[in-house]
Amino acid sequence: MLRFPISNSFAASKTPTYTRSFSAKREPIKATLIPGDGIGPEISDATVEIIKQAGVPIEWERVVVSPETGVSQEVIDSVERNRVALKGPLATPIGKGHTSLNLALRKQFNLYVNVRPSVSIPGFKTLYDDVDLVVMRENTEGEYSGIEFSVVPGLAESVKLITKEASTRVADYAFKYAQRHQRKRVTAVHKANIMRLSDGMFIESCRQVADRWPSIKYEELVIDNATMKLTMNPNQFDVLVLPNLYGDIVSDLCAGLIGGLGLTPSANIGQEVAIFEAVHGTAPDIAGQNKANPTALLLSACMMINHLGMHEHGAKIQNAVLETIREGKTLTGDLGGKSSTSDFAAAIISKFRD
Amino acid sequence: IRWHILFPRSEQTEAKMFCRLPSSIASINRSQSVPIQKRGYAIVSNTTGATGQVDTLNSITAAMPPRRVVTLLPGDGIGPELVQSVVGIFQAADVPITWERFDNVFDVAKQKENPESLAQIVSSIARNRVCLKGPLYTPPGTGSRNLTLRKALDLFANVVPCTSIPSLNTRHKNVPIDLVVVRENTQGEYSGHEQVVEPGVVQSLKVVTDRSSKRIAQFAFDYAVREGRKKVTCIHKANIQKLTDGLFLRVCRETAQRYPDIKYNEMIIDNCCMQLVMNPSQFDVMVTGNLYGNLIANVGTGLVGGAGVTGGANFGSDFAIFEVGARHLGLDIAGQGKANPTGLIQSSLMMLKHMDLHQHAKRIESALKTVISVRKIWTADLGGTATTRDVTQAIINELDNQSDVD
Repeated sequence: MLRFPISNSFAASKTPTYTRSFSAKREPIKATLIPGDGIGPEISDATVEIIKQAGVPIEWERVVVSPETGVSQEVIDSVERNRVALKGPLATPIGKGHTSLNLALRKQFNLYVNVRPSVSIPGFKTLYDDVDLVVMRENTEGEYSGIEFSVVPGLAESVKLITKEASTRVADYAFKYAQRHQRKRVTAVHKANIMRLSDGMFIESCRQVADRWPSIKYEELVIDNATMKLTMNPNQFDVLVLPNLYGDIVSDLCAGLIGGLGLTPSANIGQEVAIFEAVHGTAPDIAGQNKANPTALLLSACMMINHLGMHEHGAKIQNAVLETIREGKTLTGDLGGKSSTSDFAAAIISKFRD
Repeated sequence: IRWHILFPRSEQTEAKMFCRLPSSIASINRSQSVPIQKRGYAIVSNTTGATGQVDTLNSITAAMPPRRVVTLLPGDGIGPELVQSVVGIFQAADVPITWERFDNVFDVAKQKENPESLAQIVSSIARNRVCLKGPLYTPPGTGSRNLTLRKALDLFANVVPCTSIPSLNTRHKNVPIDLVVVRENTQGEYSGHEQVVEPGVVQSLKVVTDRSSKRIAQFAFDYAVREGRKKVTCIHKANIQKLTDGLFLRVCRETAQRYPDIKYNEMIIDNCCMQLVMNPSQFDVMVTGNLYGNLIANVGTGLVGGAGVTGGANFGSDFAIFEVGARHLGLDIAGQGKANPTGLIQSSLMMLKHMDLHQHAKRIESALKTVISVRKIWTADLGGTATTRDVTQAIINELDNQSDVD
């Protein structure tokens, strides 16, 4: 049940207080670029080149976020000024001292929803051909509040925080998005039968928001049932809205359905700022070898371009990427081919000249 | 010679018992404190061992009937139909089990529970040590009775094997899947500690203790050893939840070091779910906390054919409850004969193996395989048109065929 044009599925909606005026000859729009670690720099270069060749008037302001520098004031100022940012993969150590840099960025700009479309890519075959869903994940609280403590040795506790405000905000966004992109159904996923107060509050907030959107169908599903259904029959899902942890897991599950993180775009939306990112890892084993697949970052850039109102450009680049994958002649290693990053980029650019 | 003990035993009694065991068995049981090997059986089989010795213990128990009593809880939703199927099959296979049934625990019409029944059930299971059950209905706003049972009996390990069934029409039919989810079932995210901090703000505590992590990690590795498994994977989110999942991870690593013959690796839960749908053959035994285990078990179940085909078991140190792997009430199909009995039959096979009734387990397993994979008598969830009763009858017929051949 693949929708055409596909571009709608990848478009994040505009943030409410964000206005741009567009004319034929316009000033280039400034956007922050965070290349990231590992394969980050090379896929960022490929993306920037492709966007330039597509004729999209974006001027990139490159800043560095790394475990050494963290999220510095320079980065914060740049993103606040430009209002949009494109980010490559950042490394996160497991179980160690400093918090995840991704989390730090989200907290800094209060990026309250993470939008992750999962659409089956024609020409890249997985066991699931008919996936077309969008995962809306609450991005600020829940299980990732970072509040943990150990009262006595051998006992650790972690606080999961659910507020009405955050739940309402993400549900609101989900319904607005659904309406803007002609989506028919929003499903809230929860475990309120066991976590009665916390997830109970989440779905209560979702219900209240749903009442304000009578034209969009609303339903609720327990997380275990939802994961089973996603594994067996994901084409029954449209827009999913979830609290933080479930959203994290389900969005990765959905990425697996369509081919993995190397093909999945993602957007983090806040009131003032939007950061579009590739969610795959830094792949240190292939970094610097011109082997990496830039698709995820490219599609995220398309989401950004749509977000800026340049839907035609966004669709053009997106279709070029999908067509290149469908052709299958210049695929990178992770897609089963032997081409390099630059070959893949060149193939996409050649589509613009057609 | 098998030693079966009639009464619940203390550590001292056990130690004295083991003194009289053949040395090979004594050494196995003494080496680690292993919940799954510490079984208390209520019934004894006759010792017709090679030595022909009449042991002291058996003379006490020789007068007892050779049948085992098992608590049976049909439950609600599709439970009664599934349970009926298993009862019928066990009868046809001459399984030496007597059921102690508890029907109508919860009056759905009146939305009221008979308050004594849950206590009766718990004491029955404590007495019999083994229980087979269907799902119990939880009215909205009250605590889950399934959870209450598990907590009362301290069933800390939930085991859900997900194995591909040949010839089923799933998306992953050409992918061999043979994984087992071992899920910590008493705490973690489902500890039940929730509070309204102020209007509009709720907090829920996830509790992870050293003790519970040790128990489940130990169980997982012992299970792997016992079942001849090669690898144990720990699933966690310690990059974000550094104290809680960090503790769990550390305990798993320490436990792994005591089992050098078992391969051990770790995986983050979101990557795990992705890997499960992209490449599920890589997984063997997976040990994890409460919430992640719930999700993984459901993904695994979805991979091999759905809620109708996986069995599950809940183990504690002394008791075991067997039920379907994916715990769904199926209220929408209850009473229509559409429910797939395969899942509960798989659990009952786990139960038979737990009770050392291996011959019966083999027979029923063979019959089940023939009916599902060869004759393809499928209920609606698998794409067929058979009813619960059709499948059950087919299995019973297979069993009769088998005994004719014998």
